[in-house]
Amino acid sequence: MANIEEYIPIVGQPIMDDLKLLAEKLKGKVIQHINSTAVGGGIAEILSRMVPLLRELGVDTRWDVIRGGEQFFEVTKKFHNALHGNPEEIMQRDFNIFMETSQKNIEALDIHGDIIFVHDPQPIALIKKKTGNKWIWRCHIDVSNPNQRVWKFLENFITNYDSAVFSAPSFSQRMTIRQFLISPSIDPLSDKNRELPQETIDSVLKKYNIKKDKPIITQISRFDRLKDPVGVIEAYKQVKKYIDCQLILAGGSAADDPESAEVLEEVKARSEHDKDIHILLLPQDDIVVNALQRASSVIVQKSLKEGFGLTVAEALWKSKPVVASNVGGIPLQIKHKYSGLLCHSIDGASFAIKQFLANPEYAKKLGQNGREHISNNFLITRHIREYMLLFLSLYHKEDVVYL
Amino acid sequence: MPGLIKAIEPFRFYTRLHLSELTGLRASTLGQLSDMIKQVSGSCIYHHTHRFLQQHQYLSPEPPNDFAYWVSKVLGEDELGERLASIDTVQFSTIRRLRDKIVATIEDYLKNNLSAKLKFAGKGEEFHFIKSVSFVLPTNYIAYNLREFTDIVKNITIDSIYFHIFESRLRLEKKTNDFSNWIETSIGDKELSDKISKLDPYTHTLEDLRKTIIKIVEQKLRD
Repeated sequence: MANIEEYIPIVGQPIMDDLKLLAEKLKGKVIQHINSTAVGGGIAEILSRMVPLLRELGVDTRWDVIRGGEQFFEVTKKFHNALHGNPEEIMQRDFNIFMETSQKNIEALDIHGDIIFVHDPQPIALIKKKTGNKWIWRCHIDVSNPNQRVWKFLENFITNYDSAVFSAPSFSQRMTIRQFLISPSIDPLSDKNRELPQETIDSVLKKYNIKKDKPIITQISRFDRLKDPVGVIEAYKQVKKYIDCQLILAGGSAADDPESAEVLEEVKARSEHDKDIHILLLPQDDIVVNALQRASSVIVQKSLKEGFGLTVAEALWKSKPVVASNVGGIPLQIKHKYSGLLCHSIDGASFAIKQFLANPEYAKKLGQNGREHISNNFLITRHIREYMLLFLSLYHKEDVVYL
Repeated sequence: MPGLIKAIEPFRFYTRLHLSELTGLRASTLGQLSDMIKQVSGSCIYHHTHRFLQQHQYLSPEPPNDFAYWVSKVLGEDELGERLASIDTVQFSTIRRLRDKIVATIEDYLKNNLSAKLKFAGKGEEFHFIKSVSFVLPTNYIAYNLREFTDIVKNITIDSIYFHIFESRLRLEKKTNDFSNWIETSIGDKELSDKISKLDPYTHTLEDLRKTIIKIVEQKLRD
């Protein structure tokens, strides 16, 4: 795992100096992150990089994970879908299951931080343990149009936090506590994003029996309906009528997502044994994801809802042309026709993919612009800086703070 | 050697880092936009007129303030978008006056374009008001003469340049930027000070601004 000094050639010494200045101001404070899974999904991925880097900077950072059984995670998945605005039947029994597990975690978890940083709804009820310390609720979900019953339920907890954090402006709600906009980030030195030798890319393609004889369209994401993998297949089929190409749908599953096996079956059925559609259920292997992205001609992220859509940042960092839905945090990463193409439908996605495949120079230019934009705004160093500022904001209420 | 004239007071470089605070306020029509611009804090106006400078350090096809972008791209009112984009921010020495100008521009337009009042943003395309929270920190960089000053400007973060050029002048309501102020009062070079204060920083990218300042000071050192 890269150490903090290795980021200097990418971001420059002065940015690193700023991080060290901020870390100094947090000396003596203990930061305790709490979420619901140690592996799989975007939050675990960010924390696994963020926690060691903050420690290296001298910020005492810890990370704890709550426990929950199958029933609990089925309920939180329903909450997740409902917060995204999907129709979900939420019963009183669901709230009861949520509270029973929450109570066990409240009793079992040792809360010892000066700042408690709670991620997403699963551990939200831990706020009941609030004493004299500061609490932040970090919402990674697109809550622009949430199911009101679930939102109101969560609001009872949220209002007891000191601050909330969202990934896009459209997710903000009228609230009595302070709320901040912080986008997630990618780590340019992680296995998922670092440069790879061509031999590594070729060996991954060989392993999955993918030939380089025709353009590759790829969507990397969990098999989740909100990522619309079936819609991607439809778009690919429309493109295929005019340009011979192949499609990769690749992703893993997370411990807190019981629905993915079902979605995977739907996707397989829709692919109708087309030999040019490669459906890959990947184990947690970031080098494979990196290689597949780098081997692709066009990267797609056709989500119906998206907390942020880090796969877009990953693809743009690799200078790839990206076609993605205009949802969640994606428009923060892509300015239409400048650093990628945004779409609102299957037809729109297939038209944009065709544009890229038919105009390689245009595709190349947009990919390069995208890399520049990610480099300026979505790398982990910016994220670490904003988290440290967020921690400091808990002790300062004014708009201009002199440190 | 003009570059080695010792300053009466050394120049301490500060840096300014910011967080975006969400307000939960959103506008769907020009009327709502104008009403909310009148009500929100100065930190909100500052955010929406300066965000692009830091987020798009390299040229990108966005007008220089969020109001102009939303009015053109979402409501399709290109003419008003152009008027808002061309507000000469550098002419305003306080956020309050800049706010008044933005409101007056929208209200004038609405008087003569009644149909524009009927336009509204679709779901998910509303204008979201955000405010900028600044954290100002002293860095370890200090210049005692112009030579040291240019060496530091070459290497300091763009956040520091941003703070001394934009934020201290408009948000902290100093009359000029910090660089010009120091060069005039501590180095005693009014001509050089004026050259920097006459730059319109809003028409440069931050990297370009850095290069331009270095070029102006180095030219002076060579003379």
